[in-house]
Amino acid sequence: MSAAIDLATLWAFIIAFAVFVYVVMDGFDLGLGILFPLFPAKADRDVIMNSVAPVWDGNETWLVLGGGGMMAAFPLAYSVLMPALYTPMIAMLIGLIFRGVAFEFRWRTQGKRNRWDLAFAGGSWLAALAQGIALGAILQGVHVEGRHYAGGWWDWLTPFSILTGAAIAIGYALLGAGWLVLKTEGALRDKAYHLCWYLLFAMLAAIATVSIATPFLHIQYAQRWFTWPNVILTAPVPIAVAIITVLLLRALANKQDSQPFPLVLALFALSYAGLGISMYPYIVPQSITIWQAASPENSQLFMLAGVAILIPLILGYTGWAYWVFRGKVRGGYH
Amino acid sequence: MYGDAMSWANSWGLNAVDLARAQFAFTMSFHIVFPAFSIGLASYLAVLEARWLLTGREVFLNLFNYWLKIFSVAFGMGVVSGIVMSYQFGTNWSVFADKAGPVIGPLMAYEVLTAFFLEAGFLGVMLFGLERVGPKLHFFATAMVAVGTLISAFWILSANSWMQTPAGYAVNADGQFVAADWLKAIFNPSFPYRLVHMVLAAYLTTALVVGAVGAFHLLRDQHLAGPRVMFSMAMWMATLVAPIQILAGDQHGLNALEHQPVKIMAMEGHYQSHPDGAPLILFGLPDQEAGKVKYAIEIPRMGSLILKHSPDAPMAGLDTVPRENWPPVPITFWSFRIMVGMGLLMFGLGLFSLWCRWRGTLYQSRLLHLFAMAMGPAGFIAVLAGWITTETGRQPFTVYGLLRTAESASPLAAPAVGSSLLAFVIVYFAVFAAGVIYLLRLMAQPPHPGEAGPPSNIPARAAGITPAVEGIAP
Repeated sequence: MSAAIDLATLWAFIIAFAVFVYVVMDGFDLGLGILFPLFPAKADRDVIMNSVAPVWDGNETWLVLGGGGMMAAFPLAYSVLMPALYTPMIAMLIGLIFRGVAFEFRWRTQGKRNRWDLAFAGGSWLAALAQGIALGAILQGVHVEGRHYAGGWWDWLTPFSILTGAAIAIGYALLGAGWLVLKTEGALRDKAYHLCWYLLFAMLAAIATVSIATPFLHIQYAQRWFTWPNVILTAPVPIAVAIITVLLLRALANKQDSQPFPLVLALFALSYAGLGISMYPYIVPQSITIWQAASPENSQLFMLAGVAILIPLILGYTGWAYWVFRGKVRGGYH
Repeated sequence: MYGDAMSWANSWGLNAVDLARAQFAFTMSFHIVFPAFSIGLASYLAVLEARWLLTGREVFLNLFNYWLKIFSVAFGMGVVSGIVMSYQFGTNWSVFADKAGPVIGPLMAYEVLTAFFLEAGFLGVMLFGLERVGPKLHFFATAMVAVGTLISAFWILSANSWMQTPAGYAVNADGQFVAADWLKAIFNPSFPYRLVHMVLAAYLTTALVVGAVGAFHLLRDQHLAGPRVMFSMAMWMATLVAPIQILAGDQHGLNALEHQPVKIMAMEGHYQSHPDGAPLILFGLPDQEAGKVKYAIEIPRMGSLILKHSPDAPMAGLDTVPRENWPPVPITFWSFRIMVGMGLLMFGLGLFSLWCRWRGTLYQSRLLHLFAMAMGPAGFIAVLAGWITTETGRQPFTVYGLLRTAESASPLAAPAVGSSLLAFVIVYFAVFAAGVIYLLRLMAQPPHPGEAGPPSNIPARAAGITPAVEGIAP
């Protein structure tokens, strides 16, 4: 591992960044869908939907960048992982269809609105579980021969992938609850605070369980985390998780509306960094490294020019859109 | 495992590649109608808002809000069906993704970076933000969404065209296509023609829908201000753009003759070579097995006249092409005729409306309104038929002449591909049928004075109160 950042490593960071932005941004959208059944009142549901209606499409676009970017920058990894994750990917896409159309369709039915509320909740659950299962399936590794996936179409289904599926659903729900604390007020916000407590402990349990289970998947994961001198670099991750947890508990206790959401984002960032530490430099764990999967230099360079100019621009106008719709979402006229 | 999968598939009597093709054709056919509509509608919305800002006439704001609600439903369906497409390259066509990814991937990544984010970033403000940002900034957001749809068309058609007429590439040691010259790859030979043809098709499609909705309401009440304006605008589009589209299509065909002659043979039903001038086969039943068009009704030498601008010009037929490289002629032949037929009908509608306009009966002629209503779906039919023509005409290759379709698919068992196909069929019919019903329901209402925009941030609407947008006119 050389210290210099080469093109493939740079692209690994770019794709990882796109996936992370997707995970946290659509994470809270999907989290709202996961929590939807707990908010049966129509007025509450309207506020919940409206809090993300102007931004969900942009949030979901990061998923297209993650997938499309991977095909462009690491075509071999994309062509191995997609067939390996076939069923979770199809399930995720179908979940996202139901979730996505519900934003518009639920306003277009007369009297039967619950049908699309069900689609919103069910689609969010399906997409979140499928994404978590896909994560677990990647971590546990896939069977590769030559340049192809060589396993069956149910290889992804293991206790570990079910565990990561549940962990992601819990994490998204916590993000969603944090978002509601930020964007709503009154009884709705109080209920979201209440949910944050339960979900935080569930998420900490999920992080702990996945962290304990991962080193048992491959000896390499254990060596990466627990051997000297790696420990110097890896130990700060759990320590930082502990610090963020304390801050989050304090924010929840003091009811500071603007704090839980960014702190949950920080928890996600740390968990994500942990995943990166486990996986690097593999893009298909234990089979294909980022250098083996990288597309030719001129493909990566051609896109790098666009990324360097456009990502800051995208972050700029996306930030503007969030700013336009800032503040608490209220019922009634305003 | 791959061998196992194949034998399993064969014992089912189904082939994973055919199922993957069926899945792509099915999901693509559903997807394409939404962008075709929203490319045109986004531009139309930008024009309506611009006219509202320039003239201050309320009818334009009403029309804007009316079509904005329709846009939001159609756009949402385009987004969710589009994500399916972007992942399908990996799930069902992984060998293609590995081999063509270094060229196709960056083009699609640029589509995401330059178009999808632009559309999505400004869509929220366009849909819900008029009160928050004011009319001028709101118009900017609308314009950005419209520009985004066009940029999206640019990149995805470049990628598609590269598969049709690959250029600017080399092949590396792993058998991957890599770009040797990005400009040549992006601006490959068929791209400019395909881009013009498709964007015009999108504009025509939208114009025909807008015209049909206008005609529907004019048939009930010819004095309604909104339907009069939209009908007139739509008929101008049909009058002006349909002939341009026919010319653009002709140029696109000549380009295909130069770069994909086998596709033209399939479109024309030219199984045989014609050394002394080829006929134009109007109709007939192509028989792929026998290698001839049965019951052909043809005009002698007309084919050579159209394609080579000389009645005696020799034209090669599929008899000069190895059979394993033949496209499925019956599909290509018929879908091409359906597209051309729709185009001619659009041209007829444009002429008829021009005549009525000249006679001063544009808003009164029931015959014109009935014709325009019947033509409402014509754009979608033409777009679908056109895409079927060009995509089946490219067969049996994914990258024309270089990578076979049969060698592009994922190493998956037929049951996996079949199950996902079944799931998509069920979900698409359930979801998109509901969406189309909602769209038709919105269109069945005429635009009202004080028409409201898409519902959001105003949950009071759920209690039956219609949000008002007065007070925001300039």
